[in-house]
Amino acid sequence: MSSPVVHHAVHAAPRGFLRKYIFSTDHKVIGKQYYLLALFSVFVGMLLSVLMRFHMIYPDAKVSWFEKLWPTGAAGGIMTPELYLSLMTMHGTIMVFFVLTTAPQSGFGNYFLPLQIGAEDMAFPVINMLSFWTTFAALVVLLAAFFVPGGAPLSGWTAYPPLSAVGEIAGPGQGTGQTLWILSIALFCGASLMGAINFIATTIDLRAKGMTLMRMPLTCWAWFVTAILSLLGFAVLLAAGILLLLDRVAGTSFFLPAGLVVNDQILNHKGGSPLLWQHLFWFFGHPEVYIAILPGMGLTSTVLSVFARKPIFGYRAMVYAILAIGFLGFLVWGHHMFVSGMNPYTGIAFSVLTMTIGVPSAIKTFNWIGTLWGSRIRFTTPMLFALGFVSLFVTGGISGIFLGQPALDLYLHDTYFVVGHFHMIMGVAAIFGIFAGTYYWFPKMYGRMMNETLGKIHFYLTFIGVYAIFTPMHFVGVAGNPRRYADFKEFEFLGQLMPLHTFMTHAAFFTAAVQLIFLFNFFWSMKKGARAPVNPWEATTLEWTVPSPPPHDNFGGRLPEVYRGAYEYSVPGADKDYLMQNEPVAAAKTQE
Amino acid sequence: MPLAFIVWAFAVVIVYVFLARLWWFPPPINQHGITYDQHFLSTLLVTGVIFFLAQLALGYVIIRYRDRGKPAVYSHGNNKLEALWTSAAAILFIGAVLASTRVFAGVHLARPPENALRVEVLGKQFAWSFRYPGPDGKFGRTDIKLINDAAGNPFGLDDTDPAARDDIVTSSLRVPAGTPVRLTLKSRDVIHNFFVRELRLKQDLVPGMEIPLHFQADKTGVYEIPCSELCGLGHHQMRSTLEVLTPEEFRKWEQAQLEQLRQLQQP
Amino acid sequence: MARVSPSDVLRGTPPATPDYGDGGRRGGPARRAGITGIVLACAAIVMLFAALTSAMIVRRGLGGDWQTLTLPGILWVNTGVLLASSFALERARRALRQGRREAFNHLWLAGTVLGFLFLAGQYAAWRQLVAAGVYLATNPSSSFFYLFTVAHALHLAGGLLALIFITVCAWRLRLGPGRRTAVDVSAFYWHFMDGLWIYLLLLFRFWG
Repeated sequence: MSSPVVHHAVHAAPRGFLRKYIFSTDHKVIGKQYYLLALFSVFVGMLLSVLMRFHMIYPDAKVSWFEKLWPTGAAGGIMTPELYLSLMTMHGTIMVFFVLTTAPQSGFGNYFLPLQIGAEDMAFPVINMLSFWTTFAALVVLLAAFFVPGGAPLSGWTAYPPLSAVGEIAGPGQGTGQTLWILSIALFCGASLMGAINFIATTIDLRAKGMTLMRMPLTCWAWFVTAILSLLGFAVLLAAGILLLLDRVAGTSFFLPAGLVVNDQILNHKGGSPLLWQHLFWFFGHPEVYIAILPGMGLTSTVLSVFARKPIFGYRAMVYAILAIGFLGFLVWGHHMFVSGMNPYTGIAFSVLTMTIGVPSAIKTFNWIGTLWGSRIRFTTPMLFALGFVSLFVTGGISGIFLGQPALDLYLHDTYFVVGHFHMIMGVAAIFGIFAGTYYWFPKMYGRMMNETLGKIHFYLTFIGVYAIFTPMHFVGVAGNPRRYADFKEFEFLGQLMPLHTFMTHAAFFTAAVQLIFLFNFFWSMKKGARAPVNPWEATTLEWTVPSPPPHDNFGGRLPEVYRGAYEYSVPGADKDYLMQNEPVAAAKTQE
Repeated sequence: MPLAFIVWAFAVVIVYVFLARLWWFPPPINQHGITYDQHFLSTLLVTGVIFFLAQLALGYVIIRYRDRGKPAVYSHGNNKLEALWTSAAAILFIGAVLASTRVFAGVHLARPPENALRVEVLGKQFAWSFRYPGPDGKFGRTDIKLINDAAGNPFGLDDTDPAARDDIVTSSLRVPAGTPVRLTLKSRDVIHNFFVRELRLKQDLVPGMEIPLHFQADKTGVYEIPCSELCGLGHHQMRSTLEVLTPEEFRKWEQAQLEQLRQLQQP
Repeated sequence: MARVSPSDVLRGTPPATPDYGDGGRRGGPARRAGITGIVLACAAIVMLFAALTSAMIVRRGLGGDWQTLTLPGILWVNTGVLLASSFALERARRALRQGRREAFNHLWLAGTVLGFLFLAGQYAAWRQLVAAGVYLATNPSSSFFYLFTVAHALHLAGGLLALIFITVCAWRLRLGPGRRTAVDVSAFYWHFMDGLWIYLLLLFRFWG
């Protein structure tokens, strides 16, 4: 074994329930807290989407418990269009912020970044705890919007002014509900900034001896770059949120122009620009897409390599691709605004940059296929989800080539083609990354294995389900179906698309029901699953060198030393087909 | 293993639906629409091939390299391949966007002729209004204080301005076929979006801005205009139509409108 | 990357020092992380103010409704106070390096008090504007002025809390080597707030 590096523990193991499980500064507890918060949020968000899909095909249905849940929004049990729009706004906000940003980065990242780089905790444990509880507060404030007069806001997760800035005269939910939405997002920004500082400082300064940057697992690279995107992006969103709030409550005119007549009332604002919000929002909003997907890409790379029993194909190319995506991600925000009235030359410039960002994404896909080429695949549940991720990433990425061209966007913008595109890639592809991570790391987090049979059933049904939901969205999009429509009764051409909508709705019911299998497997395995060994998947990274679950200080006071890269599988001449990163000299094959 | 067949099945179904055009664009009604469709098809062709090959390859490696006891190949990659697919992807993607710039430029950078029919488009929660300048060719003065939807004055036309007295205000857009039309898009409350599927055109209406848009429709007919930017609870009902008339029909309609205006303005 | 010798991988490369790129000059992990952390926090603040600045430039170019703001004269006095405060903190740090603990305590306290004075001065500036009838929503220029100065004051107040914390530690003789990082990090943040303030002052002097 390596000579032990004696190191004083960053902080002593806490005693008492509150310090141990609630206000804990242990990155592992915080990681689990984030994960469970995201798990709760994803089920809320999914329930909202199921209700939306229901309303789209049965807009006049009377359901008595709707009225119990939303006495004004569904008076008489019939869901109103404004309730539909508030469900949509909350679905988008919950999913983007509290699921896709929270689970893969704050959840898995917090738990496994220190373990994978050989550190005892994050750099700033107290800030880490504050960050979680601020996120929690943000979620509470957001959900509170359902219970205030007027209900939740209906301006979508993008909250374009003037709709989001002029108050309740623009519609129910645009009063208190929209204010709560902004406060929630502001809190979330604060929490994300604290988290980002922690991630970056930890990655730069707390790596174990020998853990050079080019030996880090790709998950760590993804968390690192994601944290940089968060640091730069959320600060800008915070600025935009403050300006929007001032326009609403203090009578300023940042986003509101002169001459507004809303709901027959003449407003006193003058001189502001609604496009200014869009620029600020998407300067954050596009990097946000990568905040959601980069950790999934890093995880997919790792899982593919582990279960293919083969080193990553082109590790350096993968690292450079992550860095390129992170950098270019800040230069493409204008492609959300091709039809916004922005200068057309600017639009063309943004479209060229947008296509450029497709290149590193393509590199990643080729490298994943390259990793699998000549491999020896073990079809475990995490591997299936990683393979599913690749398929969804290709499908969702390809439609981006249509939308990135301003000419084609002239028709496709704000149709269901866009909805299909981003759900495929930043929605379900990212969710598949989270599922892969859950099945892969659950043994380490909870010390027990998840049930493989249930896991495989869950995978196959979900994979079929998500394709069945989101592929037809591209078809109705090509037929011109606008998004964010509460129902399709008013337009003749939309009536013809109803059979597809009915199909999608039923696929959504099916897929949502399938997730109960996962929920059952998750909690059942936590109590009754088979005991997990230290390294159940025969993987090479440092988290698999410590007990499952790891002790409070991770490495028992002896920080590991690292001797090689993170993906040494099937090395010729070794006695087993994987070499741990901290193994000084690998044992040679015994038979020879 | 079954995953490979599922991936292939989805790839085949998706490619089939697009090839068979089971759900497709409405037929185009002008040259821009035809060009748009050609460009869409060529993008579809290129991306379709990439899509199909990628899913095919994924399925192939899943079947071919399942664990059959043979050790995996030890390789960290191949720089030549890396350079090859990086440059191939770059050429393909950038090429596509450069090719499409022509189509976009035709809409947004080309100038409509001076004699184009001018129409103002006004969006408000949740209705469309259109204003024609009338025989004098001038849009009359407006004032937001005069806005009165119930009395049919969504623009706030100021009748004391002679130029305003012959402005025709309607709730659907009528244009003569084969004639260039220049729209000016305005909104008076929140952002809306003017979308005509058959024209392959879409443009936001932003409060505080006057956004120009021009087109020429060649085929007569009635086409729906759905609002395509979330504008509030009635977003899904914000509908109007574009009626493309023959030039004679359009002249007749315009005369009838002016006659009606004159009668209304008689004391 | 393509050619990796399996025997090298089997043998493994013994770890040298971690490649922090500084040859260990920046001290142990906790100190290094503290310095990295404060630089990152400042980077986030730069982004926040850059976003607001870009909004201001866009908003200023939009319409004819922008009215140049007459800056309250006291702002120049405040600037002097803030610079003096930073100077005191620097002298304090030098005293600490030389082991003159008592000088450190006095100088650091002076810096902290000057920081308070700056905040009080800013408050006076807002009162002057209000007395002149310039409110938050009066004009975009005043909106941005209040927004920027309040945002700066809030960030500065955060720094002031750190200064107070160190003052208390110092006077209670609890300033062990572990707290030296806190001293350096707080001073860095405070100087950054100085720079930010001067930037804002110039922004409004020439663009407001």
